[in-house]
Amino acid sequence: MKNLKTFPKGGVHPRDYKELTNKVPIRNAIVPSEAVIPLQQHIGAPAKSLVQSGDKVSEGMLIGEASGFVSANVHSSIPGTVKGIEKVYLPTGMKSDAVVVELEGEFERSGKELERRDWRGKSPSELLEKVKEMGIVGMGGATFPTHVKYTIKKGSKVEFFVVNGVECEPYLTADHRIMLERTDDILEGVEIVRKILNPEVVLIGIEANKPDAISLMEDRIEAKKLDIHVVPLKLKYPQGDEKQLLKALTGREVPSGGLPLDIGAVVSNVGTVLSIFEAVVFDKPLIERVVTVTGDAIAKPGNLKVRVGTRIGDLIEDAGGFVKMPLKIIAGGPMMGFAQVDLNSPITKGTSGIIALSKERVKIPRETPCIHCGRCIRVCPMGLSPTRLYKWIDHMYIDEALSEGLMDCKECGSCAYVCPAGIPLVQGMKLGKYLAKSKKV
Amino acid sequence: MEKIEKIDQLLVTTSPHLKDSMTTSKIMWSVTASLIPAGIWGVYVFGIYSLYVLIASILSAVLTEYVIVKLLGKPSTLWDGSAFLTGLLVGYNMPPSIPLYIPVVASVFAIAVVKHTFGGLGHNWMNPALAGRVFVMFSWTGPMTTWLVPRTRGVTDAVTGASPLGFIKTGLLTFKGHVSGPMEFMKVNGYPFTHSDIVITSWLNQHIFSLWGAKIPNGYVDLFLGNIPGCIGEVSALLLLLGAIYLFAKKIITWEIPVAYLGSFALFVWVLGGLRYGAGLFHGDVVFHIFAGGIVLGAFFMATDMVTSPLTRKGMIIFGIGAGFFTYLIRFFGAFPEGVSLSIILMNILVPLLNRLIRPKRFGEVKEEKK
Repeated sequence: MKNLKTFPKGGVHPRDYKELTNKVPIRNAIVPSEAVIPLQQHIGAPAKSLVQSGDKVSEGMLIGEASGFVSANVHSSIPGTVKGIEKVYLPTGMKSDAVVVELEGEFERSGKELERRDWRGKSPSELLEKVKEMGIVGMGGATFPTHVKYTIKKGSKVEFFVVNGVECEPYLTADHRIMLERTDDILEGVEIVRKILNPEVVLIGIEANKPDAISLMEDRIEAKKLDIHVVPLKLKYPQGDEKQLLKALTGREVPSGGLPLDIGAVVSNVGTVLSIFEAVVFDKPLIERVVTVTGDAIAKPGNLKVRVGTRIGDLIEDAGGFVKMPLKIIAGGPMMGFAQVDLNSPITKGTSGIIALSKERVKIPRETPCIHCGRCIRVCPMGLSPTRLYKWIDHMYIDEALSEGLMDCKECGSCAYVCPAGIPLVQGMKLGKYLAKSKKV
Repeated sequence: MEKIEKIDQLLVTTSPHLKDSMTTSKIMWSVTASLIPAGIWGVYVFGIYSLYVLIASILSAVLTEYVIVKLLGKPSTLWDGSAFLTGLLVGYNMPPSIPLYIPVVASVFAIAVVKHTFGGLGHNWMNPALAGRVFVMFSWTGPMTTWLVPRTRGVTDAVTGASPLGFIKTGLLTFKGHVSGPMEFMKVNGYPFTHSDIVITSWLNQHIFSLWGAKIPNGYVDLFLGNIPGCIGEVSALLLLLGAIYLFAKKIITWEIPVAYLGSFALFVWVLGGLRYGAGLFHGDVVFHIFAGGIVLGAFFMATDMVTSPLTRKGMIIFGIGAGFFTYLIRFFGAFPEGVSLSIILMNILVPLLNRLIRPKRFGEVKEEKK
């Protein structure tokens, strides 16, 4: 496996701990007796609630309607009665209104043979409408509404459609497992997207630590005679970021402050493509997703198909509970995910993993003075100088930080991962962006 | 294993939740470890007194750090290894027979003045050990340029003699005529070789260099192994290079500074270094100049000091080239036979400027549109 593609600048190689779950097949998680379904599970405006306390809802019913252009529909993941609309903390630490549904009544879809719908006869705009209707958002973590991403403005041309199967975050194996277990469905999803976007080239980028997924994908593409290229990539974090992935695959750089479309590319996560398949072929809204529940504190680490709105605590209980005292519980990957205050937040469309780590696995770096070693600069995939940005922000020189590219930082955490002085560089960047935003208003 | 029913309070921090194992103190202690072999060699060839010099340097550096940090009420930094390393480097840059108060003054100056008046670890703008050395160099030039002859030269008692660089420097003041370079100059003027040098050189010439039809003169092996008068820690190029390889392997130092420093220095010496001997352009003796003085210690262990070197690759390369140029200038035209300490310090001072001027290329950088 020589000469694999990767992005040229920066990046780190954390130990990935994927062996905990990468051989564990996906199984259905418990149906929660109470689902907490946030109206804000995506970037953009929150969905507008369509239900009130006491309303009966069915499985997959629209309960929140997209408001504004960048927004997404929200559906009920279980049948039942609406208990009320509450303010809850999302796994990201943000607050959102959430529809609380108490489980009651019949499942209309789960466990039943679903009717396949023909999509090849439909027009691209009908397909795009379906994607919008079913509340599809980017499932790699950014949760950008997919129909907005796929609405190509006039004059732009999609040269590349890139399917992101990199899954570069340590511990996470959800995408790996769906690539192994839902290969054909993903490929059909890709064909649906091909019809919407009409790209010249379709690529699937997968990191070389998933050789089984790479060869299975290649075999199925061969058997189905599809025009899709699987590109194995050299292991390096943060290759799953769309800018780094596009650089690795196409050699092109998304301009600072720009979008992939500026270089003729659209990127979607494999999980998103699978959801598009289910939405179009089975008319199924995005109400469940595969979540990797793992970490040394979890009794039975695995990949669980979880209904949106399941509380983190219920999900951990389903994975056998804790065998060691957890010190940190992370929603998402360990490099960019969010530490949880308690176990009450619900799984959302963007939650790719729940990781519970005991104190043996959590390093608490002691912060010491910066020794100007330049490691953060060498690993920054965006070519920034994290140590300089941090100092500007620390001294409240926000304009200087902005002029040195603060907004290009996507908080991948490579800098803080390598910092020998244990400086919370990402925290600094987040603070700087927050200050920049509040200054503008 | 038993299931845990009730969880304690959770730790909440921002991402990333993983951290590699490198810490500042690990860096400092690794550099220290990599320097040990060269120091053992120094103590072996120059005798037990040189060990006292090292101990005095280290103890005074660590003690000064302790007292200042205590007075300032800062958290203890004794175990971060930084002061220990500074002390060690001060000791390595001392002649073996130096009176003990001189390294003590150098260490105290390094820690108290150069490091702590600017805010302690990470804030000094000169390499403290080098600044300490230069401070005592100008204050006690006599003792600082008195060299012991290593015991591997067959001397039984503490005999002083000239270092190769010093020998050349004084010799060339009155030299007129033509020789091929410093090696022949030393031979003609009676600078002795050791027995092991003669044996190893002839073996190398017979079995290795004959393959290319080449021959090396006597004396290089002495320089490379450290059978020459010099500072305690700088004489054994071989053991210093082994330590440097260890640091490269652990990714604590990167290639930019040593390669740029030695490369630019070698280039200047090769092109212009032969002129003074009447050997003409492109006949400078690079091997002699790299192994004869403190440049190996300087290039791999002092110029690479993170605090006082640039942040970016490009900056590091410019820093190295500059240090090489100044070392050449001082060695060939200055009053001192050496030049490593001063040139590194000179480049240290330019580091803030280099950091300001040289930035890495940003990903997706948008070219400024013409207005």
